[in-house]
Amino acid sequence: MSEVHSNWQLALQLALEAEVIPHNSTVVNNLARWTISADDWLRFATIAQQHHLRWVAGWAEQREDTFVVNACFASQTGYLWLQTELHIEKPQLPSQATIYPVASRSERHTQDMFGIHFVDRPDSRKWTRHCAWKKHDYPLRKDFPLQGMPEVITPANMDYQFVKARGAGVYEVPVGPIHAGIIEPGHFRFQAVGETILNLEERLAYVHKGIEKLAEGRTPEKLVRLAGRISGDSTVAHSWAACRAMEQAAGITIPERAAFIRGILCERERIANHLGDIGAICNDVGFAFAQMQFSRLREQWQRNSASVFGHRLLMDRLIPGGVKVDLSVADCTLLTQELKVLRKELDETIPALDLNSSLEDRLFTTGYLSPSTAATYGVVGYVARASGQDFDVRRDVSYAPYNQLNIKVAVEEQGDVASRVWVRIKEVFASIKLLSQMLTQLPEGELVTAWQKPKEYSEGLAMVEGWRGEIMTYVRFSSDDKISRFYARDPSHFGFLALEKIVLNNIVPDFPVCNKSVNPSYSGNDL
Amino acid sequence: MLRLFAKTLKTGIVTEKIKRPDASELDALGIEVKRQVDKYFSGSIAIRAVDAGSCNGCELEIHALNNPIYDVERYGIHFVASPRHADVLLVTGPVARHMQTALLRTYEATPNPKWVIAVGDCAACGGEFGVSYASCGAVANVIPVDIVIPGCPPTPETLVKGLLSLMKK
Ligand code: SF4
Repeated sequence: MSEVHSNWQLALQLALEAEVIPHNSTVVNNLARWTISADDWLRFATIAQQHHLRWVAGWAEQREDTFVVNACFASQTGYLWLQTELHIEKPQLPSQATIYPVASRSERHTQDMFGIHFVDRPDSRKWTRHCAWKKHDYPLRKDFPLQGMPEVITPANMDYQFVKARGAGVYEVPVGPIHAGIIEPGHFRFQAVGETILNLEERLAYVHKGIEKLAEGRTPEKLVRLAGRISGDSTVAHSWAACRAMEQAAGITIPERAAFIRGILCERERIANHLGDIGAICNDVGFAFAQMQFSRLREQWQRNSASVFGHRLLMDRLIPGGVKVDLSVADCTLLTQELKVLRKELDETIPALDLNSSLEDRLFTTGYLSPSTAATYGVVGYVARASGQDFDVRRDVSYAPYNQLNIKVAVEEQGDVASRVWVRIKEVFASIKLLSQMLTQLPEGELVTAWQKPKEYSEGLAMVEGWRGEIMTYVRFSSDDKISRFYARDPSHFGFLALEKIVLNNIVPDFPVCNKSVNPSYSGNDL
Repeated sequence: MLRLFAKTLKTGIVTEKIKRPDASELDALGIEVKRQVDKYFSGSIAIRAVDAGSCNGCELEIHALNNPIYDVERYGIHFVASPRHADVLLVTGPVARHMQTALLRTYEATPNPKWVIAVGDCAACGGEFGVSYASCGAVANVIPVDIVIPGCPPTPETLVKGLLSLMKK
């Protein structure tokens, strides 16, 4: 027993003992990791749910003739990492998705990529696999070559069994994978009566690019480059999460100045995306004024990112051990000035949104996600916070530089599109405050801690609050400073699940605005 | 409503002038015109954007083309909802194998004459993702490409110049 175990973990431990579930607990980089027998996988989930733990992520890994299966859970104040081992000859364990429906797609991914069978899983269809590899080939097994054995033309995936609805007047609308707009591909199957959506089923993984497999064998710098391309709009957040996981594994603490600059980059990314989305949401209901104003503000913001940091989207600014970019005194002055201008612009623009009755009419009550559904699904980020879930990694499981700052978390209760817009507006203002705190408190010092080759097989598990919400990243090294396993769970995993609920009983034409208010990343989801 | 008008008036016109690039500028931007465009588009280009597997970074910059600063509609460049209405396919990303057939069908559905512009390093050469069990790599590995606009992602200005290189002087 370690002292890092907090009350909720003690309570959970007692519950496991009462149920006679043997478990081994170790502490990996301040995080409690519990190892249980595969047979107890489901029983653990039952108890975790009774203790109101949120399901965070699930992933697996092959280590010679063993599969290590992992799941991560969270309370309001910390994380718990659950692990079990399976022999490669008998790769099966009970499904947790019967207890945690949000785990279902993750288990289907693990089934498709490793051939690990989750017994009694509620949904036995494939998920990540379409037709680029065969049913009994598993890309993340070590004997599967990166190149695979693809056909010259990968056929479309035609045999997927969508949920059907029958009845008078019920019709289906298939949409995608290619959508009518400048957006990422994915397939949506609507069942509707008149204009009202009865059911939405998503079929994703069209932009699966084999990121987990590509990561294997990479050096730390190359992994950060790849992580920065999991989802281009979250390039800072994903590269930060990958860096933190690797730095934990290598036992490196980055310089304070580097942590602050990472924080500045991440808050800039948050503001850029919120500005773009707020405009786009308004545009989806025909309010072009907001689109024009916010896209102009976003453009100015990106131009300053380019002139101060050298990249409009801030790609490749982080490196293992620190950051690649520094801020001069003149830069800090410029950025502080920029914050003033942005605040003034917003003060002029937002009242025009707030007082606009047609906007109100279209956004209020549209796309409702109840607080209880948000809790059951364990959604994260602004989608959760607009439905009353008061959680933010930056405040609740804080890390540098946020542990030295005053973090205010915006929460709304109504759970509709308007709430999500308001949470995002408030987050822009909160980030402006954080940025000015960071710019004034920016410590002197180095930008990088020299990289140290991590010990053989060392691991790291890190969370970062990206602009969309909590990102979880796992890294394990092999013996030669190369990556042997990398997994990143983007918040879009929950965003897509929430979206299926959010659109129910809305009209089909409101789908775009519902979607934009959540804005999940297909690329981040599909890996 | 008054606030709205006040803000609009105060903002004024922010659109910037962008000149049609000459050959040496195209060269400097790394824009590669692979097929001689025999008939220049005059006054209007209809574009269908297709994300064949991008990380969405390229999409963010394509979106910026419609902001008031670049405002590409003034050149008659507009984005259309169907390949059947398009002159140009603007393709981003390495082509994910799961998108290969969809991209081929979109290409088929686009009426002749048609141009394909590969946008971004991934579309140009596979980028960070290359060719693998999940990715076909460059767009040219799947459909014929006429113009390549590199960058990760290319800036909106580079994109505008690449598009203007299609237009009649
Ligand atoms: S070129 Fe860069 S920004 Fe564009 S899709 Fe590829 S990785 Fe993303």
